[in-house]
Amino acid sequence: MIEARNLSKNFGDRPVLKNVSCNFEKGKTNLIIGQSGSGKTVLMKCLVGLFEVDAGTVVYDDRNFTTMNFEKRKNLRQEIGMLFQGGALFDSMTVENNIMFPLNMFTKQPLSEKSDRVNFVLKRVNLENVNKLMPSELSGGMRKRVAIARAIAMNPHYLFCDEPNSGLDPQTSGVIDHLIQEITQEYNITTIVNTHDMNSVLGIGDTIAYIYKGELWWRGDKETILKTQNEELNEFVFGTELTSRLKR
Amino acid sequence: MAKVLHILPEIGNYVLLMRRVFTRPQKLKIFWNQLMLEIEQLGLESFGIVAFISTFMGAVVAIQTAYNITSPLIPMSMVGFTVRQSVILEFSPTILSLILAGKVGSRIASEIGTMRVTEQIDALEIMGVNSANYLIFPKMTALLLINPVLIVFSMWMGVFGGWLAMVATGLVSTSDYVQGIRIDFQGYIVFYAITKTVFFAFIIATVSGYYGYVTSGGALEVGQASTKAVVISSILIILFNLVLTQLLLT
Ligand SMILES: Nc1ncnc2c1ncn2[C@@H]1O[C@H](COP(=O)(O)OP(=O)(O)OP(=O)(O)O)[C@@H](O)[C@H]1O
Ligand SMILES: [Mg+2]
Repeated sequence: MIEARNLSKNFGDRPVLKNVSCNFEKGKTNLIIGQSGSGKTVLMKCLVGLFEVDAGTVVYDDRNFTTMNFEKRKNLRQEIGMLFQGGALFDSMTVENNIMFPLNMFTKQPLSEKSDRVNFVLKRVNLENVNKLMPSELSGGMRKRVAIARAIAMNPHYLFCDEPNSGLDPQTSGVIDHLIQEITQEYNITTIVNTHDMNSVLGIGDTIAYIYKGELWWRGDKETILKTQNEELNEFVFGTELTSRLKR
Repeated sequence: MAKVLHILPEIGNYVLLMRRVFTRPQKLKIFWNQLMLEIEQLGLESFGIVAFISTFMGAVVAIQTAYNITSPLIPMSMVGFTVRQSVILEFSPTILSLILAGKVGSRIASEIGTMRVTEQIDALEIMGVNSANYLIFPKMTALLLINPVLIVFSMWMGVFGGWLAMVATGLVSTSDYVQGIRIDFQGYIVFYAITKTVFFAFIIATVSGYYGYVTSGGALEVGQASTKAVVISSILIILFNLVLTQLLLT
């Protein structure tokens, strides 16, 4: 479980996160939803320490991450896999070397074992025969999937996905959602997903945190979200033609 | 004034980043591979331009000197002497370092800057990799190793260019030229030149690495970072050239 306790973050004098407290549970797909610019990415980056919080603490299974020194964080981060909004593949390396990178860095496995692992995780994300391609030779959706493969290569205990299906067609995005949920349950990891895609919300939202202008506005899950009376959340959920028809 | 005050926190950030750069690499084998790659990309690929510039500069210095010796009291061997001194003392270590600051510095800053704005550095950090060390340390080591080699090569090419020009124009005979090159030669000046080069290589790698690393924004900012890297490295090279000359030659 990952606990965010009273997190606040400002950029200059502009508050972006305001006193956010939220638990993200193990073995579940925990969603963070909210409009563009509401602070989802900033919250996620505060959780993993890419941004330093101005106030509050982040706790990973009883380990206080906020007070850890650089060396300790480095060790904990080997348990973290993260999918970035833009994929963030190393563009000077082939797909295979991208996925193998953390294995090369942190394990002493022989090459054959690492290759097996690469092929295993690639298969996991439904990709084959792309090992020798460069990231620039992949489509957007393929890049996302390679990024997921890299994120899970080290068997993380914590998986962070920043908009795993933005820019993808509904079908591929469904495949990726399904994949994330499957990995989460199979390995019993703590998964946090940022999204503003209602399909994902209703599909995989074991727990849902709605962020509104930097504040935690609502907590619930994919069942309760359809019955909420919360005005801002309703506008968010039923903001599209499709979902508003659903409501009627 | 506001600009001057801005420098102080910048120096502080630079020092903080360097403290992260100067640590033991996570895996020596990976460091070694990176180092070889950087030596190839930052060093070996510069030999052509270094040879070209040095040969022509040596030739120009030789021709200028030869035409300016009008008094029969001054021996023509002065041409070889002048070429040797100017090439070894200033042209190769300083001017070529400035040129390399442009070529290599912009490359380092834009490469690291692009990795920053496309979140590749974040991805490294999340994996538990010390990204500052992983990205900057091999580049710096490569420059510290390869720039002195490039500069010594440039010295040879400069002297060679001078000779070539003299033979082609017939202004000075080969024996006079070679004699001039040998006049009062002190190995210390080569040591001085290499010391400067190593300093300048350090400036180019770390300053460019710094500006790349702290880039934020997008493609536009990457371009700005790369310009800034070249300008600041060049200014520092010029400043340190004065300081080092004072320290080493007096
Ligand atoms: N590095 C930064 N420096 C300054 N402000 C930032 C920075 N990163 C984000 N912000 C600001 O923080 C706010 C929240 O941004 P964030 O990226 O978290 O939005 P988001 O919810 O992830 O949006 P999206 O769905 O579009 O990705 C925005 O107003 C943004 O301008
Ligand atoms: Mg975002």
